[in-house]
Amino acid sequence: MYLGRSLSKHFMAALLAGTALTVAAPASAQVEIQWWHAMTGANNDVVNRLAAEFNASQSEYKVVASYKGSYPDTMNAGIAAFRAGNAPHIMQVFEVGTATMMAARGAIKPVADLMKEAGERFDPNSYLPAVAGYYSTAKGEMLSFPFNSSSTVMWYNKDAFRKAGLNPDAPPKTWPEVFEAAKKLKAAATPNCGFSTAWVTWVNIEQFSVWHNIPIGTKSNGIDGFDTEFKINSPTHVKHFANLAELVKDKTYVYGGRTNTGEGTFTSGECPILLTSSGFYGNVKANAKFDWANAPMPYYPDVAGAPQNSTLGGASLWVMGGKPANEYKGVAKFFAFLSDTDRQAKLHTESGYLPITKAAYEKVKSSGFYNANPYLETPLKELTNKPPTEHSKGLRFGNLVQIRDIWSEEIEAALQGTKTAQQAMDAAVSRGNAMLRQFERTVTR
Amino acid sequence: MVERQTFVSRYLPHAVLLAGVAIVAFPVYLALLASTYDAASVQNGQMSLLPGGRMAENYTRLIFTGTSSSTREPVGTMLINSFVMAMAISLGKIAISLISAYAIVFFRFPFRMAAFWLIFITLMLPVEVRIYPTYKIVADLRLLDTYTGLTLPLIASATATLLFRQFFMTVPEELVEASKIDGAGPFKFFVDTLLPLSVTTIAALFVIQFIYGWNQYLWPLLITTRDNMQTIVIGIKKMIVTQDALTEWQLAMATAVLALLPPVFVVVVMQKLFVKGLVETEK
Amino acid sequence: MERRALFGGKLLPYSLLLPQFAIVVVFFYFPAAQAVWQSLLMQDAFGISTEFVWFENYSILASNPEYYKTMGTTAVFSALVAFLSLAIGLLLAVMADKQIKGATIYKTMLIWPYAVAPAVAGVLWLFMFQPSLGMLAKMLRGWGIDWNPLLNGNHAMILVVLAATWKQISYNFLFFLAGLAAIPKSVIEAAAIDGARPLRRFWTIVFPLLSPTAFFLLVVNIVYVFFDTFGIIDSVTGGGPAGNTTTMVYKVYADGKLGSDLGGSAAQSVVLMVIVIALTAIQFKFVERKVQY
Repeated sequence: MYLGRSLSKHFMAALLAGTALTVAAPASAQVEIQWWHAMTGANNDVVNRLAAEFNASQSEYKVVASYKGSYPDTMNAGIAAFRAGNAPHIMQVFEVGTATMMAARGAIKPVADLMKEAGERFDPNSYLPAVAGYYSTAKGEMLSFPFNSSSTVMWYNKDAFRKAGLNPDAPPKTWPEVFEAAKKLKAAATPNCGFSTAWVTWVNIEQFSVWHNIPIGTKSNGIDGFDTEFKINSPTHVKHFANLAELVKDKTYVYGGRTNTGEGTFTSGECPILLTSSGFYGNVKANAKFDWANAPMPYYPDVAGAPQNSTLGGASLWVMGGKPANEYKGVAKFFAFLSDTDRQAKLHTESGYLPITKAAYEKVKSSGFYNANPYLETPLKELTNKPPTEHSKGLRFGNLVQIRDIWSEEIEAALQGTKTAQQAMDAAVSRGNAMLRQFERTVTR
Repeated sequence: MVERQTFVSRYLPHAVLLAGVAIVAFPVYLALLASTYDAASVQNGQMSLLPGGRMAENYTRLIFTGTSSSTREPVGTMLINSFVMAMAISLGKIAISLISAYAIVFFRFPFRMAAFWLIFITLMLPVEVRIYPTYKIVADLRLLDTYTGLTLPLIASATATLLFRQFFMTVPEELVEASKIDGAGPFKFFVDTLLPLSVTTIAALFVIQFIYGWNQYLWPLLITTRDNMQTIVIGIKKMIVTQDALTEWQLAMATAVLALLPPVFVVVVMQKLFVKGLVETEK
Repeated sequence: MERRALFGGKLLPYSLLLPQFAIVVVFFYFPAAQAVWQSLLMQDAFGISTEFVWFENYSILASNPEYYKTMGTTAVFSALVAFLSLAIGLLLAVMADKQIKGATIYKTMLIWPYAVAPAVAGVLWLFMFQPSLGMLAKMLRGWGIDWNPLLNGNHAMILVVLAATWKQISYNFLFFLAGLAAIPKSVIEAAAIDGARPLRRFWTIVFPLLSPTAFFLLVVNIVYVFFDTFGIIDSVTGGGPAGNTTTMVYKVYADGKLGSDLGGSAAQSVVLMVIVIALTAIQFKFVERKVQY
């Protein structure tokens, strides 16, 4: 019986190969710590190096870093794994997933508790307030460990500025100035694009609101309670989107999409101004074949108090619940290892992500690094521009991943001209509120 | 009766078919092109329709060293994983469907039709309906990150059982009679008579199921957590989506080329059997 | 049909069915039942707090205008892909069926996209039409077409339709070719003797004989568009812009993503299941009828 035999042979081979692989990995007596992350490119190397350095620094624990795809993919995989009783120890979750994670009290282990129980040194005050605040409860208890943080900055093409007769060392500061500059750039230098934005909701709703010190939602942007409601149909928001919808018609504004896929228009020289993450640095440095710089986000000068401070993007490390104490000890050791000032300073200067401790920021500052690399300090200056207010210390909305999709849909409708800016933002509020209510209902029971 | 050939009737089919071939091949040609350029040329859209000079470098880096931008694993490992998965799924499906169809067609036993329907209805349970619960079961069985977990849940096949059933029903009754008169039991009939008759059907199914297995996306994405268990279709998807980093399109496209070569090879090489088998089973 | 000379044996048939059954029960029925159960629940992402809500997820769905929009999108998407891939597949099959030189090579050159993974196909098309770096996107711009699938719903739809069609042509081509081969040449020759012109001959004689194949393919194509295009939509548009390319299956995934609305997502799955059951019933009826010949 040829078929049967060859089949069982293949099958056995597959089975054996499968078991061999699972058995081979944790051969030693080390305690293995699973770390799921979403880092690609140079940042992936950073993650792997951190794990390797930690593993080399001691012999009790072994951190195993696994790339799980995009931020949503990673979070999705982590949630599925938790439901199946198979969660990793450490999961990197992007900033918008924060509320979902925080609400899942039984599913996570607060970092503050973790460090205390393991007897590791941990001082919440040593972290930059804008960073720590984002990942802490209203009472100041830090729930997750900030890992890679960024903020929104405005990247611009100095060569294009020169060509259009603009001063490359005095980038526009306000939105009206950006619009004017974009029109001139489009007329004289870059015929297909005046300016663009990536991460449309993060830049134009979340950062925009915080930077103008106007609420995204009630209850301190949701930090003080799940019964929050959105406020993004304010006159300032509507005016901003009405402006964008007007400018998109003649390509003074070019819509760059919901994620960072449109960032290539900047490095290729097509769009001379792009608002996106400060983490875009590595990409610009590697691929932009022109003279470039970045500057703080623009603001509307008629809004009182603007510019306020910016808020975070990026991700933090969450510790999943239900693991044995000795494994938590390893996680705590790893976090202590990551918080080390020298290591933070080095991470910041190499990856372009922001330092998370005050000491690391001071250390880099005093080393004179920013004189040579002013572009890495722009987001830090934005974050620390003013002491945070109730509208600017962070945001915490459940289901924000889906809400961002809804907002994007409405913004796209406004830019397409199928809705007015007012209609679109009203719908963004009501549809977003429905998601908030659903979240409130499922978590507060 | 031979028709008079006009200029149009003579060349029209060639023109249409050539156009078809060109349209079908163009996306892959472009991918192949992109895989011969450096990152910046592709990223900034400065490719031409002729190959660049980085082909050897890109592919070597991809297959042996791995790309840091997407995953540490070199594509070579992913190719092996995909191959094991596709083989296990296609052979497994054929084996279990063959014997189930055999039981349903050539035996009479209580609940025969019920058994048939039980298998048939699985056609109506798309993977999206049950992905999380299925994941949980695989996790409970401690099969995450194993080839078994990757393949076993995908091995049941209503389609293959149906196709074998239809094929078996076309087998002349006389053959069974003759076999019985020769004193052959069910096992001997299966091996000596039925299997040889089924070769084309099996070959056709092998091609289809190999491709099905190779092209799996959602399932391996969820159940493989270790880098060294990744398959190539996931690998390419992970290369496109990046956070704050450049999508290395030239490497992604090289991966796309590598990802589609093996199944395309199978279809092309087994083309005759594949087409013949498909037609036979479809009737 | 039940006419087989059959084997006896009490345990043998059951043990032959056992492997298939074990897998089907463990990996299909049990999880599917759980999905139906899930559609009656409201749950947080991590499954820590659960509320049994009867059919509330369904009533929320029924009153959601976005869901009806998704149904419309799915209908348009299915119709376009099915029509285009059937038409192109038929045209190519008719041409390749003629006694021309190199027919075998053409066949080979046309059937291989069958083997390309939907996710990979999506990535290939995305690469060509990516506004910032795609070669064809640049070409369209050069012609003065403001190609922008990120914002223009029609452009996005065109893109996913093209990618899905590209992948499906070879399948339809193959089946039409087989259908054509099965038509006796004498029938066509008889018509030719009657003096019917080729095009007329095709529509009055060949096409009606092909219609069973066409109908079979129509159902298969619709099922394909419903489920297998997930990878394409996910990699090309992510359902955007403004939900213009969100199909029903994509919405199931998007709503269940990150466990945010598993109940609602499960309810949508059940709705989809009903649709697939209907489609499969039609398909199976048809297959059965052909077996009778």
